[in-house]
Amino acid sequence: MTAQVQLVEPHAERVRPTLLDRLRGRDPAFAPWLFLAPFLVLFAVFGVYPIIFSLFMSLHDWDPVRGLGSARFVGLDNYWFVLSDEWFHQSLISTAWLAIASGIPQHLVAIPLACFIDSRLRRTRDLLAALYFLPYVTSTVAIAIMFTALLSRDFGMVNLLLEAVARIPLLGSLLPAGPIDWLNDPDRIRPAVSMVVFWRFVGFNTLLYLAALQGIPRELYEAARLDGASAWQRFWYVTLPMLRPVAFFAVTLSIIGGMQLFEEPFVLSGGRGGPDQAVMTTAIYLYRSAFEFSDFGAASAMSWILVLLMAVLSALVTKWLGNRGER
Amino acid sequence: MSDASQPRFDRSCKRFQGIGAVSQTRRTTLGVFTALPFAGAFHGRADASPALLDVAAYPALDQILRDTRPRWQSIAPGFDIRLVAREFGDHHSALTAAMAARKGLPDLMAVEFGFLARFAASGALADLSSLPGLEQLSAGIVPYAIAQCRLAGGLFALPVDIGPGVSFLRADLLDRARLTEQQLLSSWEGFVEAGRMLRAANGPYLLPHARDLKDAIIRSAIEPGHGLYFDAMGRPRLDSERFRLAFRLARAVRVNDLDARVSAWSNDWAEGLRRGRIATLLMGAWFGGHLANWLAPATAGRWRTGELPGGARASWGGSFYAISANSPRREQAWAMLKLLAGDPSLQLDAFRRHDAFPALRTAHQDPFFDEALPFFGGQQARRLWRDMALAIPPVAVHRLDPLADEIVNAELDRVLLRGKDPERAIEDAARVLERRAQRLRT
Repeated sequence: MTAQVQLVEPHAERVRPTLLDRLRGRDPAFAPWLFLAPFLVLFAVFGVYPIIFSLFMSLHDWDPVRGLGSARFVGLDNYWFVLSDEWFHQSLISTAWLAIASGIPQHLVAIPLACFIDSRLRRTRDLLAALYFLPYVTSTVAIAIMFTALLSRDFGMVNLLLEAVARIPLLGSLLPAGPIDWLNDPDRIRPAVSMVVFWRFVGFNTLLYLAALQGIPRELYEAARLDGASAWQRFWYVTLPMLRPVAFFAVTLSIIGGMQLFEEPFVLSGGRGGPDQAVMTTAIYLYRSAFEFSDFGAASAMSWILVLLMAVLSALVTKWLGNRGER
Repeated sequence: MSDASQPRFDRSCKRFQGIGAVSQTRRTTLGVFTALPFAGAFHGRADASPALLDVAAYPALDQILRDTRPRWQSIAPGFDIRLVAREFGDHHSALTAAMAARKGLPDLMAVEFGFLARFAASGALADLSSLPGLEQLSAGIVPYAIAQCRLAGGLFALPVDIGPGVSFLRADLLDRARLTEQQLLSSWEGFVEAGRMLRAANGPYLLPHARDLKDAIIRSAIEPGHGLYFDAMGRPRLDSERFRLAFRLARAVRVNDLDARVSAWSNDWAEGLRRGRIATLLMGAWFGGHLANWLAPATAGRWRTGELPGGARASWGGSFYAISANSPRREQAWAMLKLLAGDPSLQLDAFRRHDAFPALRTAHQDPFFDEALPFFGGQQARRLWRDMALAIPPVAVHRLDPLADEIVNAELDRVLLRGKDPERAIEDAARVLERRAQRLRT
């Protein structure tokens, strides 16, 4: 072990920097805070403040148009009301239905698609990735309006296509006799919205998995091949385990996104949540409670219950996917 | 029109709307929260411009305001308008955010009928009762519309356009089914019965949606002093005959396949009107202009307009203007409001250009109302609508009307889609509304 030599200037006096010095960046200890300040200020205003305020509102009865002074402390009343509210239960069911129906297929399609692009379409990989990513960066409202036209019962392209398919012998018997009322039938609007959400996010997940695939060492595949592993075995025993960290991340994002689903069902249902509230997700109900029904207290309580649910689901996913790699 | 002739149209101005109210999304919720600390700052900036009157409006009132500018400048020279125009939903969300912050409301703001009671109860709107010239001005306005502005002993807004409920009928489709207008409009039951005859042999649908019939029926025959869903004392009242009739007939319409099952303003709805798949519409009179000008101009001459079935009198919406209680420019705001609500030529102009049916009775005396309309087969439709508007009884508005509307529609959906018994659906709606109203009664 080598001895450490400390150099000390015997007559150096420690001068405490003034605030002006700190602001001019002359105090090295203060400089990082200065660099971080823009983010911290914005985060405090747009991140921390709304969270604290919504927690405050969830414990109050408040009609916003009457001003903050009219807020009345009601304790946990808003939470009890929301937990016993039939519409909230219905909204949770709708949210879960849409999240599962749109979320699971995203990953079931994205993983094989990413593997196929990675192994077979290396030259056009970047172009294909960009194309699949396009729906994700397109305006949700534009997408929803486009699908509203496509899914129109009497004049939509989807029904016209189904009508043409129905004319093919044998296939016709598998399809409904008349046009499908995608957006006005409570049993059809959920699959319709799920399809739009799936279409929008499958490219995003594909890109995530594609990036992860490129990080898997090729030697692993070569070794597996030398050991006589088939393509399926290489996928099952090499690719999938190596994708687990990204799958954990992507599934967590899907759960959070699914629980917060708003834009697609909102626009496709004309802002009302659809026939028989079939696609009134919790996020839509929360928004309507606050801005249409003047009940900010219940809306805030709903948002916190939703946060709790997301935390529980994310914890379950962590337990299921996140820890497996550590064994 | 040159830029100089336009009021300053400040789309980026967040003075009264907060950060999050840019679109009708979750961000709006965040907007309310974030507006609170910032609204004061925006307000302070606006106060530094005393020669500007802040006016907020939604389409097409924003365009009418632009058209009003030359007239306004002759009344208040050197006092310009700063127009903040937003889409309908964003506009009202932004006003909500500003009221929550108690700062940053525009001096003068457009308020749609559905938001009137809620905003009036906020305390953020000025009581116009004692303003000079109000008595004379309100005497000239259609009685039911001015009555809607009176809440809790005050007068919090003035109407600029109204929506007397009327029926629109496809005469050619009725002829084909050998039906007369009289058969269709004699009563609500007769209306549905005529619909059966129309649909026989795969004819057109009677209505776009069974919900439209419910909406028309519950808007008619309202007890004096009562509102659509609440009585004069503000208690929920869904146990009346009009709700029972509305639910019963809406179900009859659905069971007999008389409605096209399309919601208003959807693609299928618009195409249905254009292609003669829908035979009638029950709507505000303002819709006649939309039908003729852009929705179905090719169907000119085939439409007729008349009263609602059974001679019912009902109102469909309307636009109002209110002044902020804290406006530092209240005098100018009142001058502007008097111009918008009290100038017949301005309202006529808005009717001609934007289909905004005038709330001012003096505007109704113009020869424009006597013109025969080729779109309606030469009918003097405007005159008919005017006479109907004058006969509409006042209906009280309640701040929880939007909630009640959703509760009733949700139960009606269960009747139409799940076969729920109408009586039970009304009972359930009443129970849910009572519970909610109890909770929100502060």
